[in-house]
Amino acid sequence: MAAISTPAAPGTFRYQLASFWSDFSASRGALVGLIFIVLILLVALFAPWVAPHDPAMQDRSALLVPPVWHAEGSWDYLLGTDAVGRDILSRLIYGARYSLSISAMVVIISMGAGIFLGLLAGYFRGWIETVITRVMDVVLAFPSLLLALGLVAILSPGLTSAMIAIAMVQLPYFVRLTRAAVIGEKNREYVIASRLSGAGHLRLMFNTLLPNCMAPLIVQATLSFSTAILDIAALGFLGMGVQPPTPEWGAMLANAREFMGSAYWAVTFPGLIILLTVLMINLMGDGLRDALDPKMKRS
Amino acid sequence: MSRDAVLSAVNLTRHYQIKGGPFSKPATVKALNEATFELYPGQTLAVVGESGCGKSTLARVLTMIEPPTSGKLTISGHEVSLKEGQRPPAALRREVQIIFQNPYGSLNPRKTVATMLEEPLKLNRKEMSAAERRQAALDMIAKVGLRPEHADRYPHMFSGGQRQRIAIARALMLNPKILVLDEPVSALDLSIQAQVLNLLADLQDEFGLAYVFISHDLSVVRRIADDVIVMYFGQPVETGPAEEVFTTPRHPYTQALFSATPVADPNRRRERVHLKGEPPSPLAPPPGCPFAPRCHLATEACTQADPPLDSVNDRVKVACIHVDQAVAKYARAG
Repeated sequence: MAAISTPAAPGTFRYQLASFWSDFSASRGALVGLIFIVLILLVALFAPWVAPHDPAMQDRSALLVPPVWHAEGSWDYLLGTDAVGRDILSRLIYGARYSLSISAMVVIISMGAGIFLGLLAGYFRGWIETVITRVMDVVLAFPSLLLALGLVAILSPGLTSAMIAIAMVQLPYFVRLTRAAVIGEKNREYVIASRLSGAGHLRLMFNTLLPNCMAPLIVQATLSFSTAILDIAALGFLGMGVQPPTPEWGAMLANAREFMGSAYWAVTFPGLIILLTVLMINLMGDGLRDALDPKMKRS
Repeated sequence: MSRDAVLSAVNLTRHYQIKGGPFSKPATVKALNEATFELYPGQTLAVVGESGCGKSTLARVLTMIEPPTSGKLTISGHEVSLKEGQRPPAALRREVQIIFQNPYGSLNPRKTVATMLEEPLKLNRKEMSAAERRQAALDMIAKVGLRPEHADRYPHMFSGGQRQRIAIARALMLNPKILVLDEPVSALDLSIQAQVLNLLADLQDEFGLAYVFISHDLSVVRRIADDVIVMYFGQPVETGPAEEVFTTPRHPYTQALFSATPVADPNRRRERVHLKGEPPSPLAPPPGCPFAPRCHLATEACTQADPPLDSVNDRVKVACIHVDQAVAKYARAG
């Protein structure tokens, strides 16, 4: 069916992988997204070797140097420097480490907890559902940044508390999506059939229902990945998240805001890299959803 | 019958509570009312009736998805005593399996056929190895007329008839004694219907299965049923051997139902028994016999009391106080 170059036996893991890959790579957008993400990951991993400068090094003789293609630009600083003379390219490269790992953690925490709570609420209904959805409504009722600020203030400022706070802010979206999907699937005949053949609550929730509810969750995960980058940046800007001089993309963006008129590059490049990363993750998420959904498969 | 019934139901009743809103009182819907019948190995009991008459509720009660509100359900000699929300004991659950009407909703879209067939074994036959399970699944795939290469495909790759075969295979994996068929062929093409019905008949012979065949397609029922229950408004109005009920329908509702079935004979002229109006609302049941408002034989006495299911002879039971009149009139019309 799917495997063209690798004629593996059906049912094996290798066959599934091959069929997954042929579906995933059929979408050009997903492939571009994947390549971009892999590149960014590699750059982040090998930052000390890739980056031309120390991200925290301040060159007092080169404040706000424009990028290399300007007349005043210098080959020393390919993408220019910021207000205190730090190389923007190096900071972006090192920043990839922070931004990506923080966002990944946020998404993992909020998605894991959200799926669990949403499954509980949608599967058992009754008072469990009422309690969970009411608490989530309360979380949603707060302005997200205010809530995150409050949580960080309680948990003491720092990277870990910022991650937990932002995961908490993202939680309701996962809970609601999961709950809605579970309620829609729960009374389908295949779930009843599985129950009649003896499946217990846990098996029904995680083995039968969850895989059929994943499509919207994967898309939501890629969306909240981008929101997490921006939220972490906002917390950093308010002094509650990443502490300077850590080169985090959002913090770079926030710090350079006042030079937007005079030195566009200090704002543009962090903004651009956030935009690109978010876009590519979304593209990849779309492809992932299509490849994981057997209904979209061409047989 | 000399054999022991594999399933027996006595006064099986299922009511649903409808929660009242701020402006309405809570209400009770009597979806299934006092159904009594017995089912023997190798036999097919057909349950017929129009939409909303409680056929599917009966299926849900028999498969222990829902407990009866009152009445006694005995499966393989064990009485089922189930509380609301409780799961049936594993030993009983294995005895009864269900086939649903819609083959597009009854198969998990994320699982391959083999995975689906192996699931019941994984959960109930812990002693089987993965290879044995796989072999059992392949055997069953062959038995329902599919090919081995179908095992690793997903449900969306199959047609409706093939899907129904997969659903049948899954239901049979645990060797049940009773199969509840909830309109198993009404979603299928006519030509496929016959194939699936033949398959069901073959499997019944092979495994000695007892079928509860829920349907509104009378021509199908006539072909395969041994016994028939005609249901109206949640209660049986006529029960008996299929042959007898089909040749001499006695309850006015049964007569109306049968005369609505088209007969492939252009020379046949028959006065059809027309039904007036709609089935009554289950939230506001009419007084007395629920069929009285639509019945052409209804008299004052019909609205006084709900007629019990009375024996007409030692095989047939009918719930109507005007049975003799109905039979006479039907004979004249025919």
